[in-house]
Amino acid sequence: MEIVIAVAVVGVIGLLCAVMLSVASKFMAVEVDERIPLVRECLPGANCGACGFAGCDGYAAALVEDPELAVSLCVPGGATAAENIGKVLGREAGDVAKQVAEVRCSGTCEATSVKMDYKGLESCAAAKLLFGGTGKCVYGCIGLGDCAQVCPVGAIHINGGLARVDTTACIGCGLCAKTCPNNVIAIRPADAHMVVDCNSHQKGAGTRKSCSAGCIGCRLCEKNCHTGAITVTDNLASIDYSKCDGCGKCIEVCKAGCLVALNITKATIV
Amino acid sequence: MKELIAIVMAAVLVNNYVLAQFLGICPFLGVSKKLDQAAGMSVAVIFVMLLATAVTYPIQFFVLNPNGLGYLQTIVFILVIAALVQLVEIVLKKYIPALHASLGVYLPLITTNCAVLGVCISNVDNYLTATGGFGGGFVQAMFNSLGSGLGFLLAMVLFSGVRSRVDKCKCPECFKGMPITLISAAIVSVSFMGFAGIVENLLG
Repeated sequence: MEIVIAVAVVGVIGLLCAVMLSVASKFMAVEVDERIPLVRECLPGANCGACGFAGCDGYAAALVEDPELAVSLCVPGGATAAENIGKVLGREAGDVAKQVAEVRCSGTCEATSVKMDYKGLESCAAAKLLFGGTGKCVYGCIGLGDCAQVCPVGAIHINGGLARVDTTACIGCGLCAKTCPNNVIAIRPADAHMVVDCNSHQKGAGTRKSCSAGCIGCRLCEKNCHTGAITVTDNLASIDYSKCDGCGKCIEVCKAGCLVALNITKATIV
Repeated sequence: MKELIAIVMAAVLVNNYVLAQFLGICPFLGVSKKLDQAAGMSVAVIFVMLLATAVTYPIQFFVLNPNGLGYLQTIVFILVIAALVQLVEIVLKKYIPALHASLGVYLPLITTNCAVLGVCISNVDNYLTATGGFGGGFVQAMFNSLGSGLGFLLAMVLFSGVRSRVDKCKCPECFKGMPITLISAAIVSVSFMGFAGIVENLLG
């Protein structure tokens, strides 16, 4: 007899709970746009924040809510993600070029040297507070690896006192560029023909004193560029990737060696 | 009044659910990485502990004990607490979306959290007496739940501070991550041993 009461008591309590929950879920249901999970599936789920939203879920929700928002903001997902989202939401995907991070510094241990024996916290941000960093050049890579730490895919390694990006692994989220206290890291198109691997805005003599590989602002590249892609401002060359056709002339004339060829098509480089 | 203060103090410091009784270790280790998450989780736990006691105590008093079914308390409590937390989540989602956004993630996590169940069972064991009637014991039980929840908050906030310091330090490779976290949890727990007897001497 006792077991009947026990079963009845638990059964009734369970039944009451079930009725209560089902009534509540019926009457207090909140409408969720069913496109949000569909959009979310198109995104890679790296939660890197390159789109400017708090993770992939945030971007998916914002995409559905705001019809004006571009579908191509996801850098890791690239063109495929943009195309899939465009299909779900019925919008044009537009062009998305794969982008990667570039450490704009050639200051290896051979080219430059340190000005102090730094024994503090192993962090570029901390070292930067101390006389502008450990190296002789205050614009260059400090090399303590803050960027490697924030990289969600482990694409950055410190090699010879200099951060280097593994472009095959890099998803171009730009977290490293935001973290770098010297703003050495920039995001460039993955198919760029060449890059300027220097960030020094010092005058030529100053750059040469601190580093043998830095851009001295001699303007030889600017004068020799037939498309006008290279301009020298504040003693530093910069490239307009949309104009550069990869002739490689600038690399031939560069005496400092801060211009680095990636995929030069026409000229032969000596 | 003095007795109620003693109950809260004892629950927060002496019988701290996480650091002295080792209940609710899962959220203690899992959600204590960041201070704001730890605080959010703790507020949700305080809320659920109060709610669970408010429901399970009358069930024990009016339904289980009169029928001689005290042995069913574990299964009935789990059932009721889980259903209740689900209901609270639905209601919050509908009427207070802001609160749901901040607590919502943690609510399902604590539906059958052992600290919550532990509070309910210890309330029934300690404060429910056959002769005392419903009123007196119930108030004490509610204050005990409040104290336990506050104790959980204290432990979470303290430990998230400890963890953020530990994470910044260099430690041997073999201790990195969970091992050093467990060791620091043990040391924090040992420090709470120092509170033994404090309530009797302060308020007794």
